[in-house]
Amino acid sequence: MFCSALGNQTTKHMITKMNHVSIFVLDQDSAYEFYVNKLGFKVHTDASMGPGMRWLTVCPPEQPDLEISLMAIAEGMMFKKEAAAQMRSMVSQGTFGFGVFECNDLMATYEELKAKGVEFKKEPTKEFYGYEALFKDDSGNWFSLGEKER
Amino acid sequence: MAAAALFPGVYLYRRIVQAKLFIDGHYHEAINLDNIADEAFFSKFHFIRLFKNTYGKTPHQYLITVRVEQARLLLQKGKPVAEVCYTVGFDSVTSFSALFKKTIGQSPSAYRQREIKRSAEMQVSPLKFIPNCFAQEKGWLKNSNFQ
Repeated sequence: MFCSALGNQTTKHMITKMNHVSIFVLDQDSAYEFYVNKLGFKVHTDASMGPGMRWLTVCPPEQPDLEISLMAIAEGMMFKKEAAAQMRSMVSQGTFGFGVFECNDLMATYEELKAKGVEFKKEPTKEFYGYEALFKDDSGNWFSLGEKER
Repeated sequence: MAAAALFPGVYLYRRIVQAKLFIDGHYHEAINLDNIADEAFFSKFHFIRLFKNTYGKTPHQYLITVRVEQARLLLQKGKPVAEVCYTVGFDSVTSFSALFKKTIGQSPSAYRQREIKRSAEMQVSPLKFIPNCFAQEKGWLKNSNFQ
């Protein structure tokens, strides 16, 4: 059990943080190029597990303790043949929105990612909760991109 | 800058972003602020102010950051420290080492040794780097070649 002290009280936490999350991708080489060379994420672990098997995780630059696993959709123990084909189809059609990323300056980030060829589903707009844009990764997964409050 | 207050200065952003991309693409060259300001079509001081407002660093600070980050990647691959220093655009190993240590918290040679060791361990025992639940789900625990 993890504990932390708050003043003279001790609070017992159950779940305290997330350290791994998976994004299903069509091709790990292409995902590496997208997340590392376009988004600027850092490679945490890139381990070969044998032919066609690779554990690849990246981290947002200011969040080194959150590993995003770029998980290849391939027939195997995780996906049977039919399920893999369905999953690949759904991902490539943009079915899944996997999360919200944060940046310091939305317009600058938007302009930079556009210059690097990143596809946006929605240009930056002001919503009631703040400024937001939506972009897609190279597989078809989409993400919200918000601006950190200053 | 609150999403550029929707967004009268978009053209300014494009020029600042182009300047940043110029640094990203030419960090290994002997570029200076005047080159970069020229690239963005700004006066030097106006450019520095806008760049810092956008990225939180002056162009020079950002250039150093990019060089150190690129050095980190080359050291991970086991390249020698002096070679890395010159490859990323520094012209003195001493100043490179000092900047690297200030940014990363370790000297380039110590960082290089640590990464070489980690990389070798990852090749021999990749399962140490993978949460067990994922490895099990993928059937990698059955592969007796790895521990």
